[in-house]
Amino acid sequence: MISLNVNQKTYQVDADPNTPLLWIIRDVIGLTGTKYGCGVAQCGACVVHMNGEAVRSCVTRVSRAVGKKVVTIEGLSKNNNHPLQLAWQEIDVPQCGYCHSGQLMSAAVLLRENHNPTDKDIDDAMAGNICRCGTYLRIRKAIHLAAEMQRKGIKNG
Amino acid sequence: MKQHLEIKTRSFLPVKTMIVVAGVLAVIVVTTSGFKDKYSFTNTDAIYDDINKDSIESVEAFMQVYKVLMSPRCMNCHPAGDHPLQGDDSRIHTMNVRRGKLGTGVYALKCSNCHQPTNVPGLHTPPGNPKWHLPPADMKMVFQGKTPHQLALQIMDYKQNGHKNKKQLLEHARDTLVKAGWNMGEGYTPPPLSYDAFLTAWDTWINKGAYAPKP
Repeated sequence: MISLNVNQKTYQVDADPNTPLLWIIRDVIGLTGTKYGCGVAQCGACVVHMNGEAVRSCVTRVSRAVGKKVVTIEGLSKNNNHPLQLAWQEIDVPQCGYCHSGQLMSAAVLLRENHNPTDKDIDDAMAGNICRCGTYLRIRKAIHLAAEMQRKGIKNG
Repeated sequence: MKQHLEIKTRSFLPVKTMIVVAGVLAVIVVTTSGFKDKYSFTNTDAIYDDINKDSIESVEAFMQVYKVLMSPRCMNCHPAGDHPLQGDDSRIHTMNVRRGKLGTGVYALKCSNCHQPTNVPGLHTPPGNPKWHLPPADMKMVFQGKTPHQLALQIMDYKQNGHKNKKQLLEHARDTLVKAGWNMGEGYTPPPLSYDAFLTAWDTWINKGAYAPKP
């Protein structure tokens, strides 16, 4: 059995240590907000936080997550009130929405490390998250808005 | 008469000594100028063993080392710019990944977010190593675009090589991240020398005096 901490909850999972973390999160634990995109760390749909870093769970073996804190989109905030989630709703960012849990998780690392990102900072942080619908301009706008909310301490709920 | 002989002897000795000294100096000048035509001595480590120095053998070994260092498996993480390179054509890494201050990437695009402690199965998937990173921003240790002369000088320069002395340079070739260049997974062309041949050449280059090829 492998012990995992996901969204501040401990799970015991019976799995091969080489299984990708994404499989465990979706198929074993049942948190399906994180998406499978390419399977080779190229698209960013599967990004989750592991000890605060935006790892790509499709290529991360579950054994790497042992003893670490994993956070998925379901655990980003308690009431869907992370400034990024609020901004995403405000700007109405998604089109099909498939990539956006990964987009949000990557953007959350950016805002944690840079409270006032420029367009270039956003490009540097988000260039690994592909959106087939091409919502990039709205993503950028929402990140700026979320940064502003964060600086002002705005949080709903 | 006795006094006269003594005077004569004193006046003769300096001339003889000067001739001998001049001869020795001439030999030294000719010898060293001959070396300078071919090699520039780059040794910055005072503890080098003079007995083992061999400029020709050292430079020949470095030219083997150079082939490896300039291969994509090594050079791609020692770029001239602030983006790592990728592939056998050393193109800019996808996602415009950046070096960052520590050489570990920035924000959501840190090296270890994709590069796992071990290789990922499959063709052209991200190669892995627990220490995956570029040289840091304050000491970029650029390989890309460097001539053999420039690269040899750079590697032996304590102020440009990550503050490594001779012993640490020898150890660096045994680092798992260096060795990873020979085992990056499916689809990656290995460096032109075997790892063992590279180690031999690296050690020879340094132990024989760490000479740089001529510019």
